[in-house]
Amino acid sequence: MDTSVIIETSHLTKAYDGHMVVKDLSFQIREGETFGFLGPNGAGKSTTLLMLLGLTQPTSGTASVLGLDPVRQARDVKRIVGFLPENVGFYGDLNAEESLRYVADLNGLDHHRIRARIFELLELVGLKKDAHKKLAAFSRGMKQRLGIAEVLIKEPKIIFFDEPTLGLDPDGAIKLIELIQSLNRERHITVLLSSHHLHHVQKISHRVGIMISGSLVAQGTIHDLAREKFGIGEKEYSLEEVYMKYFQEA
Amino acid sequence: MQGLYAVFRKELSDHFSSYRFVILFAVIAMVSFITSYMAGLHLRENLEGIAKPKFVFLMLFNTPGALFSMVQFVAFFGPLIGLVLGFDAINRERGNGTLIKLVSQPIYRDAVINGKFIAGVVTISLMLLSIVLVISGFGLTLIGVVPGLEELWRLFIYLIISIIYISFWLGLAILFSISFKSIATSALASVALWIFLSFFISLGADVLANAVVPTGTQDQAETETIARNARIKELVSLSSPMVLYSKASSTIIDPMRKTTRAIILMGPMERLSASRFQNPLPLGQSLVVVSPHLIALVAMTLICFAISYILFMLQEIRT
Repeated sequence: MDTSVIIETSHLTKAYDGHMVVKDLSFQIREGETFGFLGPNGAGKSTTLLMLLGLTQPTSGTASVLGLDPVRQARDVKRIVGFLPENVGFYGDLNAEESLRYVADLNGLDHHRIRARIFELLELVGLKKDAHKKLAAFSRGMKQRLGIAEVLIKEPKIIFFDEPTLGLDPDGAIKLIELIQSLNRERHITVLLSSHHLHHVQKISHRVGIMISGSLVAQGTIHDLAREKFGIGEKEYSLEEVYMKYFQEA
Repeated sequence: MQGLYAVFRKELSDHFSSYRFVILFAVIAMVSFITSYMAGLHLRENLEGIAKPKFVFLMLFNTPGALFSMVQFVAFFGPLIGLVLGFDAINRERGNGTLIKLVSQPIYRDAVINGKFIAGVVTISLMLLSIVLVISGFGLTLIGVVPGLEELWRLFIYLIISIIYISFWLGLAILFSISFKSIATSALASVALWIFLSFFISLGADVLANAVVPTGTQDQAETETIARNARIKELVSLSSPMVLYSKASSTIIDPMRKTTRAIILMGPMERLSASRFQNPLPLGQSLVVVSPHLIALVAMTLICFAISYILFMLQEIRT
């Protein structure tokens, strides 16, 4: 096995009542890369993420995250993998600092040292001045950024983002994507980004995987995928064109 | 353990700062206050000029003042505390999208449900303890009798039984909050079951007993038939936690009560001894009398929590 492979699945399959949601999925993610995970709604992207975190049991096949088995070592996996779910929720009656502190407590982090870290993270995500505002008054963009701070508090090696820019205004979405990019570049966190916003994915992903109705139909750099579908040409194909081509063929 | 403690602390502070807790506590404190005040006044009037009975302090809790005694009040409305604290424990988090966040932290999944249950039990305990203390202090000034050691023990055991009883309803409410996605459904389901088990079960017991062993008109029936009818009635009504609790708590709080059985079901010797010996029962014997009720109550609570636990562990959490 290549030592730089940080996440690996082999023939991962999930079925609900006989209906296959994820079919025979095998892919690898290397340490330090940003992997864009694409596919239409219901393609099984979220289910795959849940299986990698040990929140859902695969029907068959195996996965390995940093050498750990998510089925048997779910807690160890969750200690090093941060997860920002789609439509993540917050306790409206807490403020940003309290919310972060709760997540820190759940991670068993040292209570005395955590305060400085909370403010450092709030500053990083641009919420320092809102630290004592109730979350019920937070906008969607602010919540999403707080979500990232909550994920970062345990100093994860890998972060899964499930549709992080969904429902954000263009400006907020771009800032969020830049934040994710800086986490990858400056903190060397491996990122698995699932999104419908193809230009965002194209902007920051090193490699992408395209999933359609449960199967991974392609994986590689955008350049590779474009070459496979369109041949070598003068033109640089955008991810959108490549994706549509795969989607139409599937 | 870290996760359990974190969830526990959060839930506890949520309970204590929530409006529903404040309102509930205010209502219950007020009713207990009035009830014990009426009972105290009643006692003081009746004990004027005669030698005080041995367990006069406990009478504060089981003398009906105007409508009901403190013990009856807890039996009827105590369940509401458990239901109100638990009916949205899990499905609120699910609806808010915070449940997935909780379980994607490095904690055991059962820390979530255990933390919530323990926080509820602690809230219930503090609530009941403070009410019993307030009534005791109040009674002390009202009737001017200091409780003896045995009375304090009986009060303590009464407190424990009440906590278990209300925890049963908490467990039930949490069970509904796991099995129903909608908060309104789980609230309605738990209130419906409470009303059924507390109020309609005695009706049901009557109907069932008369169907199985018809007694006809009372004076024609054989004694044996009437006894069988009564036995079935008792059996059915004992499936209600409220009946179990009422029998257990009233026997513990009143040392003169020597059996939990209806007069008709007593044997001749038992009836004879009940009328001959008018001494209070020692605490140990009172406990023996109600031990089946206590064990059944504890078992019901544990079963209820175990079902919620298993359901929650097996459930898939996606939001």
